[in-house]
Parts: sequence; structure tokens; C-alpha cells
Amino acid sequence: MDLPLGGVCKAGESRKLETGKWRSFRPVVDKAKCIKCGRCAEFCPDSCMEIKEDGAEVNLYYCKGCLICMRECPVDAITKEVEEK
Amino acid sequence: MTIQTEVKELHAPGHRACPGCGCAIAVKLILRETGPNTIVVSPTGCLETFTSPFRGSSWEVPWIHSLFENAPAIATGVLAGLNSKGNVDGTKVVAIGGDGGTYDIGMGALSGMFERKDDILYICYDNEAYMNTGIQGSSATPLGAGTTTTPVVGDSFGKMVSKKDLLAIALAHDVPYVGTASIANPADLKKKVRKGMDNPGPAFILMLSPCNLGWGFEPEDTVELARKAISTGLFPIVEFENGRLVSAQKIKPVPVEEYLKPQKRYQHLYKKENFNEVLKAIQEKADRNIEKYDLAKDRN
Amino acid sequence: MKGKTAILEGSRAVAEAVRACRPDVISVYPITPQTHILEDLARFVSSGKLKSQFVRADSEFSAASIVYGASAAGARAYTASASQGLLLMNEVIYAMASTRLPVVLTAVNRAISAPITIQPDHQDTMSLRDTGALQIHVESMQEAYDAHVQSFRIAEDPDVQLPLMVCMDGWVISHSYEPVTVFPDEAVAEFAGSFTPVQKLDPSNPLTYGAYADQDVLMEYRYAMMIAQEKAKDKIRSVTKEYREVFGNFDGDLLDTHCTEEAEVVLVAMGSMVSTIRAAVDELRSEGRKVGLIKVRTFRPFPRDEIIAACGKAPVVAVLDKSLSVNSGGILATEVKSAFYGGSSQPVIVPFIAGLGGKEVNRRVIKEIVDIASRAAEKQGAQETVWMGLDRSFFS
Repeated sequence: MDLPLGGVCKAGESRKLETGKWRSFRPVVDKAKCIKCGRCAEFCPDSCMEIKEDGAEVNLYYCKGCLICMRECPVDAITKEVEEK
Repeated sequence: MTIQTEVKELHAPGHRACPGCGCAIAVKLILRETGPNTIVVSPTGCLETFTSPFRGSSWEVPWIHSLFENAPAIATGVLAGLNSKGNVDGTKVVAIGGDGGTYDIGMGALSGMFERKDDILYICYDNEAYMNTGIQGSSATPLGAGTTTTPVVGDSFGKMVSKKDLLAIALAHDVPYVGTASIANPADLKKKVRKGMDNPGPAFILMLSPCNLGWGFEPEDTVELARKAISTGLFPIVEFENGRLVSAQKIKPVPVEEYLKPQKRYQHLYKKENFNEVLKAIQEKADRNIEKYDLAKDRN
Repeated sequence: MKGKTAILEGSRAVAEAVRACRPDVISVYPITPQTHILEDLARFVSSGKLKSQFVRADSEFSAASIVYGASAAGARAYTASASQGLLLMNEVIYAMASTRLPVVLTAVNRAISAPITIQPDHQDTMSLRDTGALQIHVESMQEAYDAHVQSFRIAEDPDVQLPLMVCMDGWVISHSYEPVTVFPDEAVAEFAGSFTPVQKLDPSNPLTYGAYADQDVLMEYRYAMMIAQEKAKDKIRSVTKEYREVFGNFDGDLLDTHCTEEAEVVLVAMGSMVSTIRAAVDELRSEGRKVGLIKVRTFRPFPRDEIIAACGKAPVVAVLDKSLSVNSGGILATEVKSAFYGGSSQPVIVPFIAGLGGKEVNRRVIKEIVDIASRAAEKQGAQETVWMGLDRSFFS
């Protein structure tokens, strides 16, 4: 592997890091309650929430389990579960 | 087995910020507004550390970190380099630094950048201490907050003096666009980033950035605390153009207790009677802000 | 090529060379005795003779950081400083070198506080010895001009890509006047070429500069600079050779020699002191004394093999230092001794400290040094450092 000149690295190489492994709690979306407002996606520090046709979906590859989505959800559609490793 | 899906953000996931990091929310929102034709400069700090591991960068715009005390000067140099070739693509230079790199060690360079009227947007994510090195006090640490170098021991109630008024310092340099913003209000934050980028000359945005590790609260409460900082009057959302106040977000003021009590760094203030004076001083600070910017007008 | 010869201040000679090399960005902060260079450049830019971005800085730390940022953005960048200013730049220059940003910097040598002084010695640039930046030490106003014309090409070469400091003694070179031959701007610009960075901050290929590395690569990046400095040796040889072919001037490549043939005592030195030694050597030679001179031109990269070769069979080598590593000795002397260690040729090496804080080093002092060094040859083994002109009455 080449040593990049001057320590200069490529963009976006963090994408390979599975930060989801850090998680102690997992957010669970009740899609029946979800109103697709997008607040969870707006506030997620790890860009893990995607608003799909049927509601918000958590990207568990990156989700660190901070649960800001749960706290900020205006209709309480997100709950937490203990992550089982 | 989880599957890595494509996430379209200029601040890529897989970064190493703590769960619930306020700064990580801010950077994602900022880059959504700046778009890809932007070069970002950062000093040493949390942001630098969690975004730039070797061969693990989360930046998808050109990004440069050099040292702790020189981000504004690096930004000036990048801009001068672009301008020397005509900057035909109109690439913008945005610096994003923490309070240590901005209020303290980078103050001289920031002052130089402001004074030269360089066309750079500087955004400070202020988490009110040196979090990256283990929660040491900075000149942005507020009165009464406990940190590892403003410890709560005996009669010491944490930071014994008040926080530096960086907004006033920016205004004193005739910085044409100065504002505060919050992750609790993404639309306003993005609007201000846009204004700061479009403004010819320097722009400065101060953003309070709650840190669950350093302040001592549950990660899920990050945005809620940012919101409480605003609604207590402790962190007014204001905007100045050419030195003139052009907007101030109205609030229904709540007592500072609602902001202070959920944070471990202020717990001691509620445990000793002789610390009541400190709590009073913090409330007075909020009241002064409310009066100064006429924040509570809606109440009438 | 025929140039125009005029009586020029050393600083002006530097400014003339820098202007002709057309740096894209200049950032400077004033410090005596570097100020005349930046004042000249400011006038060139303001009068339209030089189309550079000229950025006032709020400190040397910022000046170095501004050229750092400019270089990372793909611009040819230049700055200048001296003494305390260079120390303030130290942290930036370490990062600049390892990030492989080929900034050219004029270092107007001046002693370091305390006591505060504006007099010249080499303590300032010696303190930046380990940064990874190249250091070319010049002897005269003409060489200051020549070296600056050469500097950008050396620094910016794809095999090198390191900051380059042209070091010149304060006052003696920066503020003194001498006939200097300046070549036409167009010819100099053609010689200096333009900077084609192999990478830069560019939205069309968004790179991350200044990444955080753990134990996996830091050592490798220090080693990469070792390789680059070795490669710089060839580049310096070829650029100085080409300069001689185009402009006719040659001040040495990695080093220059004078009367080293069959010399019994060889003096090794850097900077303006070399001119004084050259004159003293000529006088001594006319008296029949076999004395020679090695001017170390590039302190980084350090010309180890070239020094050994140039010393030939000389039994005594006297090294003159205008800097000191406290409780170790003269820094150049230490490096010369290290170069000879373990080799087949083992001259007696006598270290001299001379001219700290601008203390006078004239021909009489040089002759005294030669006498002391000659006598030292009788004593084998490690030699004590000799302090020239030290007022010992304070210590008795």
C-alpha cells in the first residue's frame, strides 16, 4: 500500500467503519405511528435515519444508539431496546 | 449482520464522535448548506479528531487541519491561494473550530482574519471546555461550571469567573455578519450559514454545542439542552448585519434551573447553600440577555 | 546571460529575486532585520510590478500558517522571518514539512533572546534544524539573490516537496550594500518555472489534509522526509549546475571549497563568515600556510560525503559555529564529527564557537583559529570546544 504524500487522505473513508458496533441501545421505529416528519433524520449525528415510503428507517450499520431520535420524535414513534450482541 | 447503506451527506457517517455529539449534528447541517464547492478548515479539537483518522476521513469536501492555534490563518491562506488563481469556480472557505481553538489559543489568528476582512465564514462550535483532552476549562466555560481544571472542591464552585463574550469581540472588529445559531433550530442554522457564505467579507457564527460527556447528561438530551439554553435566555439566538441587530429569536423564558439541573457540571450549585449566589448570577445573566435583545416580547 | 549590476542592499537583492519568481501568495510579519525584504515586496505588489496576493499577518505564527494554507491550495508561496519570529513559526514549519508543502522562506539570521538582541548568529535557524525544511546558507548578497532564484524549483520538485529556508545573516547581508548582478525578470521567471502541485485542496477531488495518525504511520512520515532530503541533494546539484549554465554564477551546490588542495588545516563554516574566512585563507596561503575552506551551503540536506571528500587528507579540520547546543557544543561541529565517525579518514576536528550574538569574527580571529587548530593537531582524541572572544573575566 502506498504511503499517501504528506499524510493527505481520500474523502469519506470513514464510511467503512461500522460504528453500529458501539451501540448499547437500539432505536425501534413503530412505522404505524411515524408521521415521516423527518425530525429524527435532521437531528441524527450519524445520519442514520432515512425517511422511506412507510416511515423512518434506522441504518444500524452506523447507529451508535444515542437515542436523540427517540427523544425528538414528536409522536413517540421511536422506542429503545437493549442491544443484544 | 447489518448492511452498510449509502448515505448521501457531505459529512459521511462512520465518524468517531461520541454517541449524541452536538457538534456532529452541527457539521452535518452546515455541510448540507455549504454544498460541495467549499473548503473546510479546522483547528485541533474534538471535530478534528473524530472526523480525520488516517485513511478514515469523514469529510467529503476538501478539508484541512494543521495545528491548534492557526485555523483562521490557514483559512486566509487557502483563500489567498484560490484568489491567486482567480477562484473562477467561486469556491468558499469555511472554518469550523471549537471553543479552545477559537476563544483561547486561536484568538490572535481569528482577530487577524477579522481585521483583514477576509471573505471567510468562521463557525465556532462552543462546547464550553476542552472536551477532546478531557474536559478542561476554557475561557468559554461559563460561571459555575465544573471542569477538571475548574474543579468543584470546598468553596470552589467550578469556573469562578464568567465566560468571554466572543460575539462582542467579533462585533468590535466590524465583522459584517455575526450571529448565533443552534442545532435545536436547523432551519435557522442553515439560513445563517447561507448568509455567512454569501456575505462578502468575514462572517462569524457562534453555536452552542452540548456535549453529553463533558456536561454530564444523557446522550438523547443533546438537542433538548440546546433548546433549553435558548429558552432560558442563556444563549440568545441573534443576528447582526454591519453591527446592527437584525433579528433575535423570541422566547417564552423559563428559569435557568431547567437548563442547569439536568447537567452534572452544575449539580454542586444545588447542593450547597452558599452557592445560591452563583445560581442567582447565572439567572441574572439570562435576564440581562432577555432584556438586552428584547427576547421575551411575545409574552405580553 | 548578461545581467544588470548595481549596488544593492542584500534585502533588495532578495526581493528582486522573489519578485521575478512570481509567488502567488506572500504573507509576512515584520521583525528586524527581515523587514526591508517585505517592505520591498509590498511596494512591488502595490505598484503592480508583482501580481501576488500580499497578506499582512497578525504574527509570524499566522504568516507561516497563511503560506501553509496557500501552498495546500496549490499556490506558490513565500514568507520571511528572523530570530524569535522563526521560533514562533517552528511548530508550523514542522507540520508544513511533513505535509510536504514547498513554501520558500527567507530566514534572516539573528540571535535568540535573552538578552534580547538584533545581532546576527545562527541559533534561530539551527533551532529549526529538525523540522524537515531544507536550509541553504548564503555568503553574500549575490548568493542571496542566486539562491532565491534557485529555491522554488528545488522545493517544489515532485521528488522533494519540502519547505526551503534560504538563510542569510542579518545586517551583514540583509542591510549591507554590494554590487549585485540581477538578471532579467523574464529569464528568471523562465528558470524558476511554475508550481504544479501533485495534490491540492480542490472541490473536484476533495482530499483530507492533516489527518490524525496513530503509531502505524508517524514514523514512516518522518522517514519519508529523510528520503526526500536525500533526493533534494541531486536536485540542488542539477539546479545550481543549470543556473551556472544559464546565468554564469555558481556559489557551490551542497558546498563550495576554496584552497582545500593539500591543506593542512581546513576550516568549515556557513554564512557571511565564509567571506571573511576566504580573505584570511588567501592571506595565509600567500604566507605559505596550507589552509583551506569548506563553505557548507546546504545544512539540510547535510553534505556528509561531500565534506569528507573535500577535507581530503587534511590532518586538521576546524569547524566554526555561530550557534550552540548548550552542554553539547557547536551544532555544525557536532554534525561534522558525526559525518567522519567510523570512516577511513579521521582528521583531528577542533570545534570553535565564534560570533554568537554578533561578536566580531574578523581575519585576525580567523588566523588565531588556524593557529589554535594547528597546535591542536599535536593532541590526539576529542578536542575541547574553543570559545573565540569570550570574556572570561566574568567567570573567574
